[in-house]
Amino acid sequence: MLAPVVLLINNAGCWTLNAVSLTDIVKQFGDFTAVHRMSLDIAEGGFVTLLGPSGCGKTTTLRMIAGLLDPTEGEIAIKGKRVNEVPIHRRNLGLVFQNYALFPHKTVADNIAFGLKYRNVPRADRAAKVKEALDLVQLPHVAERYPRELSGGQQQRIALARAIVIEPDVLLLDEPLSALDANLREDMRVELKRIQHRIGVTTVFVTHDQSEALAMSDEIIVMSAGRVEQAGPPEAVYNTPASEFVARFLGASNVVEAQCTGLDRQEIVVENADLGKLIIPADRGPLVRAKGPVKLVIRAEKLALAGPGSAESATNFAAKVEAVDYQGQAARYFIRVGDLQLQAINMIDASPHAEGADVSVGVRPRDCTVLPGDGE
Amino acid sequence: MGWMLIRMWAILVYIFMFLPVAVVVLLSFNASQFGSFPMTGFSFRWFIELANNEAILRAFRTSIILGGLTALISTTLGVLASLALIRYKVPGQNLISTVLIAPILVPEVVLAVALLLFLNFLSINKSFALLLFGHVIFTLPFVILVVQARLIGIRRDIEEAALSLGANPVQTFFQITLPLLLPAVLAGGLFAFTISFDDITGTLFWKPGGVETVPTQIFAMLRNSISPEINALGTVMILLTVGLPVLGLAIARWASMKSGG
Repeated sequence: MLAPVVLLINNAGCWTLNAVSLTDIVKQFGDFTAVHRMSLDIAEGGFVTLLGPSGCGKTTTLRMIAGLLDPTEGEIAIKGKRVNEVPIHRRNLGLVFQNYALFPHKTVADNIAFGLKYRNVPRADRAAKVKEALDLVQLPHVAERYPRELSGGQQQRIALARAIVIEPDVLLLDEPLSALDANLREDMRVELKRIQHRIGVTTVFVTHDQSEALAMSDEIIVMSAGRVEQAGPPEAVYNTPASEFVARFLGASNVVEAQCTGLDRQEIVVENADLGKLIIPADRGPLVRAKGPVKLVIRAEKLALAGPGSAESATNFAAKVEAVDYQGQAARYFIRVGDLQLQAINMIDASPHAEGADVSVGVRPRDCTVLPGDGE
Repeated sequence: MGWMLIRMWAILVYIFMFLPVAVVVLLSFNASQFGSFPMTGFSFRWFIELANNEAILRAFRTSIILGGLTALISTTLGVLASLALIRYKVPGQNLISTVLIAPILVPEVVLAVALLLFLNFLSINKSFALLLFGHVIFTLPFVILVVQARLIGIRRDIEEAALSLGANPVQTFFQITLPLLLPAVLAGGLFAFTISFDDITGTLFWKPGGVETVPTQIFAMLRNSISPEINALGTVMILLTVGLPVLGLAIARWASMKSGG
């Protein structure tokens, strides 16, 4: 039986096929629900990141797409075809694991050629394809070595080469950078993005590292406790968090309990005992529907500290520096405003503000986000 | 001073353990027609006599066929059982594990009598197949212990990678899992072979009339007299049962070094 092929029109007005579609997917392990009802469409050629803390269901979702886990409910489609009943070895996917998972008893060339054997690629063409893949990951000289003779970063490149040489419909990356050390991780991040761009393969990337997600993705799906908290392009998710969880998980945010005392099409009026009254553009709080308790989200880098003598304005307030966390080009300040302790991350101009110093803190209303209070 | 005593003591213990073995090996080269001291000269005479002794040669053949088949069946069953217990969720996993390991814990005599009585109850006669069956039962735990330990060390994601690349589960087993498991499979097979080759208790109970293995043959020969041939046979046995596992371990170590542990 053939499933109907789903065609969609993308922004550019072209007919496109979703590379991956999850429809009402649920995964339960016994009584525990790892993934709550979830739907997701990934466009052809896109780079989508599932981001969240461990146990949020991101890896479970990836393993369901891969066919390593069966969803309890719902449908998974790859290139418009239902694949729920298709076992992993017939799904044509590239899979890269955190620990590389290279075959230790095979040479690098044999590792890469492994998938080609099962795809009826003639023996003569295999060597050429292996070489091409090795060139792509910039390791043309290691073909005859064994995986244990390579560094972690090299092994991960080989794992990537092995996954893409079969020209998969979807590339699935399960925390591929987590086992590498910090410097290498950033290099590999750039490298991975370059390769993905070059071959244009649809990619689903799982990570708990927000900076990887922000740097690499076309779209980020933030997950928590088996639910999607927010989905959107990196900038949208970062700048306009849709929930307190997203605000706290991505970057450093201050979340302040406040009251909404006025609300119209243009503005939201928010009041807090310590911060006073702020008038915030309505598009910074699209989820706020009524007056009452709200949460005011201010990113740490949006709080600008200045000396006490600076010009006062409606959105400036006086604060005291309680602690300074010196980071080289920037500093993270823990400042006290009345009963509130806030974090501010500022670039250092000449020298950082000292502990105990009185400062003036400025914030632009359009840098704030307003979320509904817990009651709603 | 204290260390000196401990060292001396350790040496004494080793002498006590290995002197009899050394004596047997030494006496097997004795030219005298009595299988005991004094040595009258160096000779391969008893090895030649051994090679011409029909009964012993037959026992040898029996032992090697029995040991080989035991090793083959035990490793096959052991690998399958380990795969099931480690890689899949089987109902009553712990119970099955315990039952499979139990033959090590039960005294061999008890196991031997139990199997014999059970087969009597079923009115099945003793046969070579029954002997083989018995040997498989008590070598299987060793194979399972060795193979399970290695299988736990093979990361599941290596197999998952093979699956994702298009190999079906059977191809994945033969291409990935089995080669990585090979050192343990060889070690397990060698264990099974040497244990079977050595065994006398179970064999005495289970062997059909007229069939002798090397240990039962030696036992039978000892009842008549201590022939110097027995010393020569002992030397051959030592070579086989010590040499084979050592060789096997060396191969296993070499193979695992080659495959990166």
